[in-house]
Amino acid sequence: MAAIAHNDDTAVVIIGSGAGGGTLANELCQKGIKVVLLEAGKRESSQTFIQDEWESFNQLAWLDKRTTSGNWRVATDFPNLPAWTCKTVGGTTTHWAGASLRLQEHEFKALTNYGKLEGANLADWPIGLAELAPYYAKAEHKMGVTRTNGNPGLPGNNNFKVLYNGATKLGYTKCSTGHMAINSKFRDHRSSCLQMGFCFQGCKSGAKWSTLYTEIPLAEETGHLDLRPQSHVVQIETNAAGKATAVVYVDAAGKTQRQKARIVAVAANSIETPRLLLNSASNQFPDGLANSSGQVGRNYMRHLTASVYAVFDEPVHMWRGTTMAGIIQDEAALKPSRGFVGGYEMETISLGLPFMAAFINPGAWGSDFTAALDGYTNMAGMWIVGEDMPRETNRVTLNTAVKDQFGQPVPNVHYDDHANDLAMRAHAFQQGGNVYRAVGAKSVIETPPYPSMHNLGTARMSNDPKLGVVNKHGQTHDVKNLFISDGSQFTTSAAENPTLTIVTLAIRQADYIASAMSKQTV
Amino acid sequence: MDEGASQQNALTRRDMIRRSAAVLTGTIAATSALATLAPTRAWALELQTLSQHDGETILAFGQTLYPHATLPTAVYAMLVKDLDVAAKDPATASLLRDGTASLDSAAGGNFAAATPAARLAAAKAIEKTAYFAKVRSTCITSLYNNELAFAHFGYQGASWPKGGYIHRGFNDLTWLPNPPAAASPTVGVL
Repeated sequence: MAAIAHNDDTAVVIIGSGAGGGTLANELCQKGIKVVLLEAGKRESSQTFIQDEWESFNQLAWLDKRTTSGNWRVATDFPNLPAWTCKTVGGTTTHWAGASLRLQEHEFKALTNYGKLEGANLADWPIGLAELAPYYAKAEHKMGVTRTNGNPGLPGNNNFKVLYNGATKLGYTKCSTGHMAINSKFRDHRSSCLQMGFCFQGCKSGAKWSTLYTEIPLAEETGHLDLRPQSHVVQIETNAAGKATAVVYVDAAGKTQRQKARIVAVAANSIETPRLLLNSASNQFPDGLANSSGQVGRNYMRHLTASVYAVFDEPVHMWRGTTMAGIIQDEAALKPSRGFVGGYEMETISLGLPFMAAFINPGAWGSDFTAALDGYTNMAGMWIVGEDMPRETNRVTLNTAVKDQFGQPVPNVHYDDHANDLAMRAHAFQQGGNVYRAVGAKSVIETPPYPSMHNLGTARMSNDPKLGVVNKHGQTHDVKNLFISDGSQFTTSAAENPTLTIVTLAIRQADYIASAMSKQTV
Repeated sequence: MDEGASQQNALTRRDMIRRSAAVLTGTIAATSALATLAPTRAWALELQTLSQHDGETILAFGQTLYPHATLPTAVYAMLVKDLDVAAKDPATASLLRDGTASLDSAAGGNFAAATPAARLAAAKAIEKTAYFAKVRSTCITSLYNNELAFAHFGYQGASWPKGGYIHRGFNDLTWLPNPPAAASPTVGVL
């Protein structure tokens, strides 16, 4: 792999190696463009992944200090853990469950289709489904998404059997094992799914797509990638002309390094990306880098993420098999007669015994709690992924009272549920319970949101530099050679798991960056 | 539970007992109060920092917080062991000792010897305290993140060493009809 000198200012420097950063790196390298890829975490592998929930969490999760505020229950139950995302090469693509859905056409025009909601900052995306369709197709091919490109759907596990039968009894018609970036046959030099479970803990067979063992090795093979793990970025520097010029990071030995850059792309996920921009404030950018709109850090979204678990008279053994290959899509449609705008997906989920104890009802104790766990073998479960409302007051800010290991203010994540979120969650809890009651559930448990696995919106897209941080290519309005390449770009959250769209945007952004570089417009 | 699973759980229990010898070690002193709680004399809990009374109280407190009728006492002893280790920190030791006193007081004298109803009332009485929070949160990992608990609850743990579940019952549920192939294709050729 290329070793790019610190003083070499001709490379693209990408911060974060996950779905956005890892894909962007490979796409640029394939076009012959030099890339320095800075990743805060270590380089693990399928060999080093651990099928033990707590040990794996300590291996892969972003555990740097964070604080929370707002009326969301996460602030009470997990005050220092607003999100379950990763600090490792491959980012959160090591931990994700593989659900790969395109956003729906109407979701790109959320303000037009939902109308203005009091206390919500709805806006239309500056792009739509038609424009993204060819890139979605490339992403699905790249990731090996089932039910696309001739890839068969995955076989359903016991948890899916329960979901399917309940869904059918209720009259739902859009239930299947879904679009998953998990090999249903040997493909792309990677194994077919062994139905191990532990999808959240890193796939030990490599059947699940992750930039760790796809995009990054492909990029390395071009000779244009300089991947630097354990490189924690602390600042982006700009010059008097308002161009990004260098990225400052702390290396594995604890030494501060400065890497010059022709272009900087930030893909540190939606809490660290705005934090980095805010921590890169200067005389030129007193409110934070690229923050003339004031929207950096704002409009933080995390989807609904409630869960429903149910205990039956017969065994399910839901931990056997994929964590999430199962979906009911009927409720993802726009149907305001339900009492809310936006929709939600219902997806199978399983947690092992250790995490079930921790997350099924955080803080709870006593015989009601233990009755649920006593039924663990006979338990089925689903995760609700729903569109939550963007709010300017839901935001990532710098907590100047609390410093991290490098002396920088940690991020505070503030979130208050919107009335639309509450109405949607109530409906989803009811319907989720109905699915399981329809096939004989003895008890139904409504589980509150986990630390957020989907984090979005904090550097949103808009055509208007006053209303958003980036344009429709993820290019910041204020700094032409500064890009955002992760889910921070999302204007609204839509009902779908975001990874496929993040990869799609990165493929398209690579085209734009390459073209702009050759035309010298950036 | 089908025969295969009980056989597997039996093997897991033997495995656990062998391995937990490293965790629950030492010989039971006949005079140890904890000896009466041991299922057999083959295991014992040696405390390094906490007193016997603190140990008994925490064990009973764990059983009150997370009552599972048939969960072996040895699992609750894991809670005591973990807090005994944590008590090497003087502030934690002090918290735990004061906590024992608060539970005893709330239970009218001796929490560990009180009735289940009295223990429940005492637990509720101290629910807002730092001691309660410490013990309760420790329970989540101590009680549910060990192989004896896995065996009890039927959770099978790591599957990679056994080739996943593709040939070990990932879709063996028979009390509901199988979904049609369009929704759930059959297992393909690997």
